[in-house]
Amino acid sequence: MQLARSEQTSRLDGLTMSILGLGGLGAAVGFFMAMTAPPDVGQGFVARIFHVHVPVAWIAYLASFTALGYSIAYLVRRKSRHDRVAAATVEVGLIFMGLTLVTGMLWARPTWGVYWEWEPRLTTSAILFAIYVGYVVVRGAIEDPELRAKAAAGIAILGSINVPISYMSVRWWRSIHQTQSIDLSTGRIMVDTAILIPMLVNLAAFTLLFVGLVRLRSIIAARQAAREEV
Amino acid sequence: MKPKYVIALALVAGALLYLVLGGLGQNLVYFITPSEYFQQADRYQNRQVRLGGLVKEGSLDFSPKTLELRFVVSDGVKHVPVKSSGSTPPAMFGENRGVVVEGRFQGDTFVSQNLLVKHSETYTAPKDGWTPEQVRKLIEEAN
Repeated sequence: MQLARSEQTSRLDGLTMSILGLGGLGAAVGFFMAMTAPPDVGQGFVARIFHVHVPVAWIAYLASFTALGYSIAYLVRRKSRHDRVAAATVEVGLIFMGLTLVTGMLWARPTWGVYWEWEPRLTTSAILFAIYVGYVVVRGAIEDPELRAKAAAGIAILGSINVPISYMSVRWWRSIHQTQSIDLSTGRIMVDTAILIPMLVNLAAFTLLFVGLVRLRSIIAARQAAREEV
Repeated sequence: MKPKYVIALALVAGALLYLVLGGLGQNLVYFITPSEYFQQADRYQNRQVRLGGLVKEGSLDFSPKTLELRFVVSDGVKHVPVKSSGSTPPAMFGENRGVVVEGRFQGDTFVSQNLLVKHSETYTAPKDGWTPEQVRKLIEEAN
């Protein structure tokens, strides 16, 4: 643990831990706000899962775009740091995608009547989850660092094509999944302010947690790489 | 490459192929509307289809004893009588709500094996005095 005590790395950790702490605090506040927010007229209290499902899904999408950016950066500049951050982003994105699927299923059962339906939005989300899993598996399977980074970058770049398809799927094709309540492409918002605010608090908190976890994972990966080089 | 990674890669590749070719291919047209059914009635007769629309107002008839549910699915132009049995409908099922029924036509009636309720993308807080607790209290007092 000689490395952990050196000044530079512990300062880096300080910022990461602050981000994570703030994110955790924000999530606690968001949870309290969500549980005291008014219910929806049609769905009742079940609609509260909206406060978790939507921000978690957005971050799962965001992870794919972040990985896309770092993967292109790696292919252009060939700096191993970009490869490590891309990998960290996908790993954390995998957690958020898993949470999206689980919260979505828990929401679907009492409202639609089933946990799962093979309809466009759910299928494209399952594909995104499989791409994230595939990315992690491919990284584990390839031992040569350069080949591993190139292959992973390819998957991240190709996989991100699925994100706009998944996002727009509810409008391009008829499905059981409702269309966007907060439409990022037109700015139309179909949510009452009292229900919207806890969701935005959660979104901010989860974004901080996402950034913090990606930083933490990247630092661990950097230390592992440094140890392997010695 | 270690064998466990070969297995894992094969699993992921297989899952992706299954999802893209099987799951997505069949379900891009997830449901048809009553109007679309009548345009190509021959094609859909005796075939498993999903039919989507609104439950027509005044058409709902549920017998709690036999669990037989009858209603009319409408897209505003054409109307299809639907028969569904064997299970209690989801809590959100009701008139003027969106539904997707899965099953097949038997003559003019659509026999549904699976009933899904579609809900809207709007979230509206209840007006004062109409939160679920207050409504429950009103019902309890009325009884």
